[in-house]
Amino acid sequence: MVSQLVNEELSSGTVVRVSVPERSLRHDLRGVKILVQRELIRFWWDRTRLVTSLVQPLLWLLVLGTGLSALVARGSGGLNLRTFIFPGVVAMSTMFTALFSAASIVWDREFGFLREMLVAPISRATIVVGKTLGGALIATLQGLVILGLAGLAGVPYSPMLLLTLAGEMFLAAFMLTAFGVVLAARIKSIQAFMGVMQIAMMPMMFLSGALFPLANLPTWLAVLTRVNPMTYAVDPMRHAVFGHLAVSPAVHEALGRGVTWNGWAVPASLEVLIVAMLGLAMLGVAILEFRRTE
Amino acid sequence: MTEAAAIAATNTAGTPTAPPAQPLTAVSVRGLVKRYGEIEAVRGIDFDVTPGETFGFLGPNGAGKSTTIKILCTLAMPTAGSATVAGYDVVTERDDVRRNIGLVFQDPTVDTYLTAELNLRFHAELYGVPREVVPDRLRQVLTMVNLWDRRTDRVETFSGGMKRRLEIARGLLHSPRVLFLDEPTVGLDPQTRSAIWGYINELKATEDITIFLTTHYMDEAEYCDRIAIIDQGQIVVLDTPEALKASVGKDRVQISTVDDAAAITALADHFGLPAAVHEGAVTFSVASGEEFVPKLFAELGVPIRSVSVARPSLDDVFMSYTGNTIRDAEAASGRDIMRHFARR
Repeated sequence: MVSQLVNEELSSGTVVRVSVPERSLRHDLRGVKILVQRELIRFWWDRTRLVTSLVQPLLWLLVLGTGLSALVARGSGGLNLRTFIFPGVVAMSTMFTALFSAASIVWDREFGFLREMLVAPISRATIVVGKTLGGALIATLQGLVILGLAGLAGVPYSPMLLLTLAGEMFLAAFMLTAFGVVLAARIKSIQAFMGVMQIAMMPMMFLSGALFPLANLPTWLAVLTRVNPMTYAVDPMRHAVFGHLAVSPAVHEALGRGVTWNGWAVPASLEVLIVAMLGLAMLGVAILEFRRTE
Repeated sequence: MTEAAAIAATNTAGTPTAPPAQPLTAVSVRGLVKRYGEIEAVRGIDFDVTPGETFGFLGPNGAGKSTTIKILCTLAMPTAGSATVAGYDVVTERDDVRRNIGLVFQDPTVDTYLTAELNLRFHAELYGVPREVVPDRLRQVLTMVNLWDRRTDRVETFSGGMKRRLEIARGLLHSPRVLFLDEPTVGLDPQTRSAIWGYINELKATEDITIFLTTHYMDEAEYCDRIAIIDQGQIVVLDTPEALKASVGKDRVQISTVDDAAAITALADHFGLPAAVHEGAVTFSVASGEEFVPKLFAELGVPIRSVSVARPSLDDVFMSYTGNTIRDAEAASGRDIMRHFARR
């Protein structure tokens, strides 16, 4: 019935005409919004991804956290190891999701959809910003699910803490997605991209202080952790968690001290700023890369 | 540049607004060259497409058709030469070009995770289509390609032909002035192919649009107002299909007779025409075959059982201009590619 009606309209010459407006900031923002929406829709429809992404953090937290706690019980001054690694696990899973959301650009290229975006009257910057924001939001959403496990780790469900962690997660996710997008501009096959991701992820994870305290490390390891951007994403989260724990000053000193530069304790706000700046820098590089190559 | 923006949305039935000024050419190409390293994919081509025309690029795979389309769609930079689309330069006014073109690629570029409708909405947003016209336009293009009933289905459930139809709908959504179709029917079944040609013809009737397509199917090139035969990166000839076929000159006549050998001798003696038996019939070529047939009956002297006159096909045209059939040309370019990779 409806299609008949339209056919009649067509034959009677009533054609809905569209005129594409010239490019403007408003149009670019509309582009960013729809790119983010697409990522969210795809994420929402992909429930398997949502569920499987919980497996790894649960393993870290419950199996590793519980298993190793017997070993480290004496050194932790009564603090549960699960509580200690909780912010690390949150940061790690944010990192995994963020880097893999960047892979969606490589998928889009492989399945042709990137072309649809590249021939649209939007700037390369719009595509990069939309993709990065979308990936970062997904990683944050996944992270929120893991924040739900706080109780298992003995971390209190304080609204203020959860909010702080969510914000810090988003910044970390933004930095890492932008980093992934930089790589995705150059690496065109999904196999190669996944390979490079694996190589990049492991050192970033192990050298970030996600799984061990950063105080009293041998110099070589201390230096490596301080140049790892992930360190500055994990540390503020641990700061936030320790701020909401009732632990003795001795434990706080031993485990929650965080990053120091040559003895100076780097404040969490500076660390957050570093992550944000690195994220913006990565985003800039990604835009330049896309302008150059596509 | 500004006149196009002046109109946000015009319904032809609604109040008339000044239409955007049509440039004199829909596509204009001058001395276009594209080199990839040592390989020269496009070797200096020139042509103009007039607004409203259906223009076809006919040539074997690897002739430079897709490369030319890529340059015209701002997806590749020319090595030398210049081109304008809808009056805008493809290098310096890329955004203006992009606003005015629709594209249907050889390979699918739809998001199979999303529904058909979401694919189109995504496109509408990327192109900044005014929100108030989106629902109507969406219904119009989806109805045109007979996918309105499937709009809420995910594209991954679609067949190849349905995906291509969806791409055509999407390419039209923002009312482009020039629609590029890169091998629009390749890999599709005959029914879908003819359906797609149905849409293209409908488009020509209902929308003010220029269609630029590439094909290596001779029968499809016939639908074009003009075709350019492209071979090894160069335009060999450009004209209407009729003129091209007329330029080959001769029609092919096949007769079946009581005595083929006698008929061949008689053709040589009376008319000076060389003939031979092909496909079980005496075959020869002659200018204006239909006028020749009465003479043939009167003067041949050998009883004729049946006669058929065939106009030259585009195959004959392609052969006479390139010295090759299109299939031979494709096989040859395939060999070149193999050699190229073997060397590396």
